[in-house]
Amino acid sequence: MREVIIIGSGPAGYTAAIYCARAGLKPLLIASSVEAGGELMKTTEVENFPGFPEGLQGPELMANLQAQAERFGTEVLLDDVVEVDLKGDVKILKTGGGETFEAKTVILSTGAAYRELGLPREKDLSGHGVSWCATCDGFFFRERTIAVVGGGDSAMEEGTFLTRFAAKVYLIHRRDSFKASKIMVERALNNPKIEVIYNSEVTELLGDPKLTGVTLRNTVDATTSNLDLDGLFIAIGNDPRVWLVEGQVELTAEKFIKVDGRSSRTNIPGVFAAGDVIDPTYRQAITAAGSGCVAALDAEHYLQSH
Amino acid sequence: MAAKNVTTASFQADVLNSTKPVLVDFWAEWCGPCRQVAPVLDAIAAEYADKIEIVKVNVDEEPALAQKYGIVSIPALQVFQGGELVKQMVGAKPKPVLVAELGEYLN
Repeated sequence: MREVIIIGSGPAGYTAAIYCARAGLKPLLIASSVEAGGELMKTTEVENFPGFPEGLQGPELMANLQAQAERFGTEVLLDDVVEVDLKGDVKILKTGGGETFEAKTVILSTGAAYRELGLPREKDLSGHGVSWCATCDGFFFRERTIAVVGGGDSAMEEGTFLTRFAAKVYLIHRRDSFKASKIMVERALNNPKIEVIYNSEVTELLGDPKLTGVTLRNTVDATTSNLDLDGLFIAIGNDPRVWLVEGQVELTAEKFIKVDGRSSRTNIPGVFAAGDVIDPTYRQAITAAGSGCVAALDAEHYLQSH
Repeated sequence: MAAKNVTTASFQADVLNSTKPVLVDFWAEWCGPCRQVAPVLDAIAAEYADKIEIVKVNVDEEPALAQKYGIVSIPALQVFQGGELVKQMVGAKPKPVLVAELGEYLN
């Protein structure tokens, strides 16, 4: 039986692992089979993580966090947790690879998954002009016309990044102002290749077998128009990844894992949660890391008294 | 064993003329999910070595091949059988999911 198992390998999971490992708890961190490192693996430059004055690449930050966790004895497993039983004193976890693990405590840091537009042909056109990964797919849109949907930091970052390749990048946003940080908005708006289409939402994806454009609906006067595009990058936010624990762990009305006050304690003794899966508000690498630290300290405290 | 690298020059012999189904992994160094799915593909290649061939095309080095097969998202996993493109998948997926999707080509 393990003292602690951490599910997830973003900044929250690895920070929890660093603290647990240094406390001598020999944590097992189950990182995912194909998404280890989490959201930051798809980003480019990270400029706001304290301690790196020149910034660094997202994947590099995650490799550093993993190395730091392993240095103190964290065991990292590249597999997916597919089933959990958290109710009892002994928590049971099963993986896609067919292994079963037992632990006294579990830290849930499963993060958040890309939100989809929810349009009929979205799945069919994925990989045929509709993309969720600007760093992966921008390369294929050299001198093309593309659009990014969204109004947050990730939409601004992707839009700016994509101007390296594309001839023209539209930013489609359903409001008249952005919730992204000021520096990111200014960088995007000052880019001559970027044109913002405010107060508009995508209502239809056009083209078969590949995307040729979208239909936009104006959110103010409800008029519709078509926009010709070679590619559409979707950056409309994330939803907390809770399917694994839904029905066992109490969730908030917005479907984040509910924690007690400023702690990481869920409604189940011995089960803690950290990072984007508990955070509807801030969702930064550094706040996730801080929250991972809280979870590790809470787990350590629980183990001392149980 | 790392998957074989295929180029424009070797595509005919290695992919289109193969007697077994061939999964072509279109990838690039700068694509995080491509690197994440690579070990999963290696594991499938090892486990089903007598059923399917798994090869890689680096889209940075072989842009013409990527363009010919309409690649605009990577990792793109395309299965060829008897010289024909028979299945297309996009994105990094866990091994059990890929094995299920490749079902008929692994039996």
